[in-house]
Amino acid sequence: MDLSFTPEEQAFREEVRAFFAENLPREMSDAVRAGGELTKDIMDRYHALLNDKGWLATTWPEEFGGPGWSPVQRHIFEEEACRAYAPRIVPFGLAMLGPVLQTFGTKEQQDHYLPRILSGEDWWCQGYSEPGAGSDLASLKTRAVRDGDHYVINGQKTWTTLGQHANWIFCLVRTDPDVKQQQGISFILVDLATPGIEMRPIKLIEGGHEVNEVFFTDVRVPAENLVGEENQGWTIAKFLLTHERTNIAGVGFSMQSLEEVKALARKVMRNGRPLIEDPLFAARVAQVEIDLEAMKLTNLRMLYKAQKQGAPGPETSILKIKGTVIGQELKDLARRALGPAAAPFPGMLSANLDPAPEDAAHNAARYFNNRKTSIFGGSNEIQRNILTKTMLEL
Amino acid sequence: MDFDLTEDRQMLSDSLTRYLREKYPFEARNKAAYEAPYHSQSHWEALSELGALYALAPEEAGGFGGSGFDISVVFEALGGVLCPEPVLGALMASRLLVAAGVDQEALLSGAEKYAVATGEIDAWYGLDAIGTQAKASGDGHTLSGRKSVVYGGQVADQLLVAAQLDGNVALFQVAATDASVTGYGMIDGGGAAEVVLEDAPGTLLLADAAGALADAANAGIVALCAEAVGAMDVLQQMTVEYLRTRKQFGVAIGKFQALQHRAVDMLTEIEQARSITIKAAAELGGPQAARYASMAKNLIGRAGRLVAEEAIQMHGGIAMTWEYPGSHYAKRLVMIDAQLGDTDYHLSRVMAA
Repeated sequence: MDLSFTPEEQAFREEVRAFFAENLPREMSDAVRAGGELTKDIMDRYHALLNDKGWLATTWPEEFGGPGWSPVQRHIFEEEACRAYAPRIVPFGLAMLGPVLQTFGTKEQQDHYLPRILSGEDWWCQGYSEPGAGSDLASLKTRAVRDGDHYVINGQKTWTTLGQHANWIFCLVRTDPDVKQQQGISFILVDLATPGIEMRPIKLIEGGHEVNEVFFTDVRVPAENLVGEENQGWTIAKFLLTHERTNIAGVGFSMQSLEEVKALARKVMRNGRPLIEDPLFAARVAQVEIDLEAMKLTNLRMLYKAQKQGAPGPETSILKIKGTVIGQELKDLARRALGPAAAPFPGMLSANLDPAPEDAAHNAARYFNNRKTSIFGGSNEIQRNILTKTMLEL
Repeated sequence: MDFDLTEDRQMLSDSLTRYLREKYPFEARNKAAYEAPYHSQSHWEALSELGALYALAPEEAGGFGGSGFDISVVFEALGGVLCPEPVLGALMASRLLVAAGVDQEALLSGAEKYAVATGEIDAWYGLDAIGTQAKASGDGHTLSGRKSVVYGGQVADQLLVAAQLDGNVALFQVAATDASVTGYGMIDGGGAAEVVLEDAPGTLLLADAAGALADAANAGIVALCAEAVGAMDVLQQMTVEYLRTRKQFGVAIGKFQALQHRAVDMLTEIEQARSITIKAAAELGGPQAARYASMAKNLIGRAGRLVAEEAIQMHGGIAMTWEYPGSHYAKRLVMIDAQLGDTDYHLSRVMAA
């Protein structure tokens, strides 16, 4: 038992910290701190900043242009990125499609698409969920019918995050409707400029535009855009979900949130006294701080196991469940700390008139937006089903 | 970073677990736990021979361990079988004797049993309100006051007593024969005592014992947390096994999602409990020991109660019976919260920090 990082890992942490201190533009960290939606421009420039350093594709092996980091190094990088209030790396190309192409793609696909993900030339989005296929993803209905050298796609995808910025989408489509659901699905890459595709924004609970629905009408996609074998899509989908599950605990973000809540509670007043002196509020903060402290260790324990075994195991579902609940609790505290000052719609008041302190104007919006975390990436109930099967064997 | 036990600790864990599994069937446990003197001398001696006590003390005190992880290995094994032997008293007394620089071979060999008497009816967890008074008398001191629910006190040879002396909380050693000791059994097994001191002669060990008592409490908390983790693992396994085998409406009740998800939540909280216990063990003896001990005890209190109550509920009526082992695990997990500070006490300590 030894909870300390190795001297090499410590040095790596110092290197990452120094990089962010020297290179992350103030304007980016300010935008993250403020908590509103980030512009495409900021996200693009952040990607370029990391790509120039060779740190963009944190999960990729060196042969494909990644830094070849260990799980522990990735964890350290993520912690330091949060600490510096860096934007999140948009995961669809880098964390999701990249590993899929590296594992299932042809040499041609790898050579063509991977560099374009790194350079930012392609912005990918995810075509998984459908109006009738959420938790029951395998029931998806979007059809792809082979027609000569093409597949013709008809159907609808939804919850397509940041699709408004994307030029490509990777999709799960049904290529065989006559077999067991899981066996008739394929994984295909679609250029969003192809005729017959329409993307419409979905306005979210807090008023933001983060997700979209995508309609496909007789969309002709070259057959060479298929990844893996026809009808192998479910295998790829499951592979991708395990990659989606790394860093799912969101420990770095929760640590960031905890510091924000504490700072806020020292700043805002209740009846003439700082809120942090209210024992009921302080107890709520301490309670979630304890859970987060345990979560940090649970995360490291599973990281250690993943590093030893080479892949994360099913117990990472525990990280998803507990990590999202902790994150949501912190967002609730950040909203609650403001009292009625959380209510004004962000952006309706000038900073000097807004009753919420600087960087807190979005706290109610962030609370509502954050409810998504226990729904997406396999809802917490689906994670419980996974754990029931894999860990409890019921 | 390394979350595996060292070879030595793994061996200790294995030998303790093997002994307890083979020589300590549940009937034997219940007999020791619920019949006076609420422990078993032969098992106490066997545990001592296996080195369970020597593992609790550092080499300079004659032991071969004493770190947080040595402590957690021993107590996790004890917790797995709900062993009621007074090992916690030995651990805390050992820490105090180290601080006082007193030889403790009699303690570590198991020849003498020690109990730590700090708690009082009006001063359970903290030291500020301790009412027991010490005064100088001849070459030594005498003590007067009452100590309540002294764990292991029913069989202790020696009592380490916290008492007020010249504006400080001081620590004294009192021979059990010099005090009025009334032993009794506890609802979750094992024994304790009410200790009444009336001008009882005591040997001053530490004139200002606050630091040493805090360290002993931190070590005791790591022990209780590890004990709870050991007990939670077993109760969780029992519950899942029951869900697999118990049939209602023609199917195993583990097929019902309402129960599956609750069983998963037990698992999740146990992993969190294991994590925070590892953290508290790692920090024991360091500058952050009290903070992480409090975090751990708070979380263990919550998780222990959840696991206990959910296990009873998912078992249904059978877990309400004395006969079913699971009910005794549930009792221990609930009552552990009342030892060395409950969830609220430790939450307020985390808040204050």
